[in-house]
Formats: sequence, C-alpha cells, structure tokens
Amino acid sequence: MPSQLVDKYFRAEDLPQIWCPGCGHGIITRAITVAIEQLGLEPDKVCVVSGIGCSSRAPGYLDFNTLHTTHGRALAFATGIKLANPDLKVIVIMGDGDSTAIGGNHFIHACRRNIDLTTIIFNNNIYGMTGGQYSPLTPKFDKGTTAPYGNIDRPFDICDLASGAGATYVGRGTSYHANVVTSLVKKGIMNDGFSLIEAISGCPTYYGRKNKKGGPVDMMQWQKDNAVTVTAAAKMTPEQLEGKFLIGELKNKPEPEYTKEYQKIIDNLKGSDI
Amino acid sequence: MSNKVRLMQGNEACVEGAIAAGMKFYAGYPITPSTEIAEISAERLPRIGGKFIQMEDEIAGIAAAIGASLTGAKTMTATSGPGFSLKQENIGYACIAEIPVVVVNVQRGGPSTGQPTSPAQGDMMQAKWGTHGDHPVIALCPSSVRETFDLTIRAFNLAEKYRMPVLLMMDEVIGHMREKIEIPNASEIEIVDRKRPSCPAEDYLPFKPEANLVPLMADFGAGYRYHVTGLVHDETGFPSNSTDIADKLIRRLVDKVELNKEDIITWEEENTEDADIIIFAYGCVARAAKTAIKILREKGIKVGLFRPITVWPFPEERLIELSKSVKTIIAPEMNLGQMVLEVERLCNKHTKIERLNKVNGEIIYPEEIVAKIEEVL
Repeated sequence: MPSQLVDKYFRAEDLPQIWCPGCGHGIITRAITVAIEQLGLEPDKVCVVSGIGCSSRAPGYLDFNTLHTTHGRALAFATGIKLANPDLKVIVIMGDGDSTAIGGNHFIHACRRNIDLTTIIFNNNIYGMTGGQYSPLTPKFDKGTTAPYGNIDRPFDICDLASGAGATYVGRGTSYHANVVTSLVKKGIMNDGFSLIEAISGCPTYYGRKNKKGGPVDMMQWQKDNAVTVTAAAKMTPEQLEGKFLIGELKNKPEPEYTKEYQKIIDNLKGSDI
Repeated sequence: MSNKVRLMQGNEACVEGAIAAGMKFYAGYPITPSTEIAEISAERLPRIGGKFIQMEDEIAGIAAAIGASLTGAKTMTATSGPGFSLKQENIGYACIAEIPVVVVNVQRGGPSTGQPTSPAQGDMMQAKWGTHGDHPVIALCPSSVRETFDLTIRAFNLAEKYRMPVLLMMDEVIGHMREKIEIPNASEIEIVDRKRPSCPAEDYLPFKPEANLVPLMADFGAGYRYHVTGLVHDETGFPSNSTDIADKLIRRLVDKVELNKEDIITWEEENTEDADIIIFAYGCVARAAKTAIKILREKGIKVGLFRPITVWPFPEERLIELSKSVKTIIAPEMNLGQMVLEVERLCNKHTKIERLNKVNGEIIYPEEIVAKIEEVL
C-alpha cells in the first residue's frame, strides 16, 4: 500500500524525489516510514535529521519535523534537539561518507553517549552526490573517481564501529531486505538509547558503473546472494562466510540513556541553593 | 528589592546575562580564554531546568545549540580563537536556516593556536566575513563586565527578533577581568522572544517573511511540521533551484539587518562635542582610550572617543558625521588594522586617519595612545 504511506508520511508536493533510477535510497526511506507506521508514532513528535549527500535528501520528502543540516553534522544537531526536547522521537539519516568521514567524530561520540537517537546509515559505498568518489565504506581495491587505480584504504565496518563506540542497538539490512530494515528501525526506535542501523543501498549510477556491478537488479541480486542472517551465520564455517556480510540484529544491550541521566541531575538539584 | 551587587569576571557576567535573557541550553567545547562560560553554564543551567552539554568538538557545539534552538529553547555556545574558525560553517547554516543562536568569541591571539591566554582583537573581520557566501551579521562588542551582561541579553534579544546568529565579540581582558556589577532586577530587563505562528498548521509558511522581513518560527514538536535546510529554499522551506528564489532569499537575509540598522546599531561617544581628535576604539582598548582622553584633556588637547558597540552592522552614519569636524581619527586596535578599514573607507575623504596596532599579546596602554596622538598632532 505505498500510496497510503505516501499520503500519510510523504510531502507529495515535493515528489518525485531526486534519486537516480535504480537507487536503493527510496526503498530504505519507505522502509523507515513503514516502521513509523507500525509503531504508530505521532508525526508531530517525530523529527528526522540528516547531513549532506544523496541519503540526506530523504527528510525533505517526509512529513515530519525535518532538518537537513551540514555535511557530517546531523548527529550533533540531533543531539541538541533530543536533549532540549526529549519528548521528540529523533531519527537521523546519513550517508556512508557523511557519517564516517566528515562526521566520524560526531558518530563515535553519539554512540558513546547513548543518547536516544535512531540513526540509519544509507551505505552505498561511494560519495554519490559529488559524482562517485571513494568513501570510508568503499571496499578495498574498488574504484571511485578519486581512486582510478583502485582504493587502497581499508573500509570501516560501520556496525563494528558503532558497537565498539558504545551504541546499545546495532543492526544491518539492505535495500533488498527492506523488511529487515523496517524491523531493525522499529527496534532501534524502541531502544531507549543510541541505535545504529546500517542499510546497504545500491548506487548503480556511480559505484555500480565504476566497478562493473551491473544494473540495479544485479546489485540487488548481489545483496540477496551475499547477505547472511545472524542465525544462519551461526551454523556456517569461516570459509563459508568468506565475502559474505551479516544482516539482522547485531547488538541489543540497553544501558542508561543520556537525556534521562541528565534529567536525574536536574531532579536532584531541585530545591537546592543556587 | 535592591539589585544584587556582585564582583565577577566578564565570562561569568556573560552567563548571568544569558540566563537573565532566558538561555535554557548551552553546548560547547573547552577552549581558553572562554572556558569559564562553559563551566558556569554547566553549573547553573540544570539548576534552572536548563541543559548543558559538552560536545566532542567546536563544530558539534554550535550544531547542538542550533538544533536545540529549533525546539524553541534560547541557546548559546562560546569559544575562542581556533574554535571561532571551526564554528564558521554552522554560523552560515544558522544564517540561511534562520535559527536564533548566540555565539560568544572571547578573542585571543592568533593565527592558529597563537597566544591562547593573551588578549587580541584579531577576529573582527572574521566575524563579518568568516563564513562563506553573502550573509547577515550582527556582532556586539562589550568593554566592561557590566556591559558584557547587558550585551549578552541584547545578543539573545536580537537573535530572537531577527532569527539569526548573533556574535558577542569579547576579548581575553573583558572575559577575565573582574569588576563590581550591579545586576538589575528581572523587571528592569527587556526580553524579546521569537515570534511564533498561531495560524492553522496547514497555512504555515515557515520562510514567508513578515513586514520586518523575519518569518514566524514554529518550535519543532509544536504541531507545525516543516522542513529546514541549508540549501537555498522557497517559503515552504523546500530546496529550490530557481534563480529568482535564490536572489530574493539571499537579499532578504542580508536586508533583515541592512533595513533594520536603526534598531540594531548602538555606539558610545565621550567628549566628542568639541573634539579635534577622535579615538576610534572598542572592547578593552576603549578603556585605555578613556584614560588617554583624561591625560590629554588635562594637557589641553581636545580628544574624544567613538566606540562602536555593534561592530557589525557598523555605525557608519554617525562616524562619517563626526569625521567632518575633526582633524584626525586615531584607531588603536589589538590587531594589524581591521575595523580601521571601515573607518578609512567611510572617513578618509573628510579627515586624516592614523592607525595604532599591537599584536604581541599585550593590551594597548593609555600612554601608548597618548604618545601616538602627541606624535601626530
């Protein structure tokens, strides 16, 4: 029922969106709105914040309180929103370069604070908006316009990075596994703390073309063929897992949430001398 | 009830002023010589139900303050030197997205790490031109502890009124100097709040200006769901590639200040009525200038002071008028000549302009101003 979702959660007057044909971002954006629908969140209390890049155009199409910020800074803006008004459900959408290169510092510290933000990283392994430069998520030896001879940087694993930095809920889905994304986003929103969902998205225009990955369908087929659920992976050997990636819930360890901890300070000070 | 008399430093007066103005949120990063502003905010804010957060860097400090402002809170961030450079990106964001925020810069010697514990006035042009693109600027410059209190309140009021970042350009001397100040009662303080919409949500156009060119601002979460972006946007807030919309938006943003200058600009004059020579000075240098005037007046030399309080927008008209009746304007500054560029641009047809510059991390002493004036007499 996409049209009902569009009526309810999209700013129809601002559609169609700017993404290229075959881009996975629209599917992931839809998957997020399905999560919001299933949770029955009050749109007036939902805030969607983004940085800069292809993914970061998503909030503009969504009928919530939406903020398109500066490159890499979405989590810092979102932190201010959430701390100032903890009643808001704050969802953050960033790209791979946006979140882990220019925004890398904000990313690890938002994870560390365990502030209640649900962050979805649209990972298309490339800087799409600027025309296909390699990002910290471009696999080693893959090509970008700034890696014409192959990328010699080692990529991050965003989920490992988030877990290590202290995120209390972490999961991964893909634009092929849109239902997984919806389920993870739901759980992320329900987690009272910092949640990170990596959503692998296909960029046929730049990443796909530069690396001869075929068209949009081929790229989705690749997601289907190489994703392994956490449950399935538990029964597989390291050899069988070679070149595969995990999808599903990777971490769920609730800890005290930042804005609630701050509220305790305020409450404890009540009645004390100034 | 009598007003509270206190001994405090400029950085503390800044926080007290901010709280008097209604500050409920502070986000920042430690940096000398502005750190006390963060420290005192951390202590004071939770006691009044406000929030303080130390962010991971300077950029995040202003970003969080802007985010918090969108929920309706009055917010501030403070910094010095290198931190002011880092904040420029999101100062521009607050300009185009029209989000009130107060940014304090307790100036120290630069460039780069420079002289962290020494006073300077080297960021005056950065305040005007630091962020890229044409944009409006309001920058205030206190020269005493009490004035820091007052101007911090004014910075909040102007930020709320014009929906933009307002810069408070302090310096290390003003920030760390202690003076006796009398804190006015709340009833004596004028407080301005941003104008919020009251229309039905479906009629709200978040970037449609009112008569004073400022749009009404709804709090995130208040039932007006709208889009905010740093891209050029139309009145709905949605990005636009229209050249007409771009032209109209950028001109309106700048005109918010340009066409409301009379409301914004303030300055101080001392002994200008009969002056042959005017000292143009601001911040801590204006204090030395006042002493220099006393010394020179005792010697029979007619010297006066012109002190811009809003350094941006610059008090052009009055300075041009004064320049027509004086022989010389002396511009002592703790930089290699920044605000003097404005003085020269405006007044060099009417009078002679002399510079006096110091960048060694020391204050400018009254005797140095006296000597310069006696030299050029």
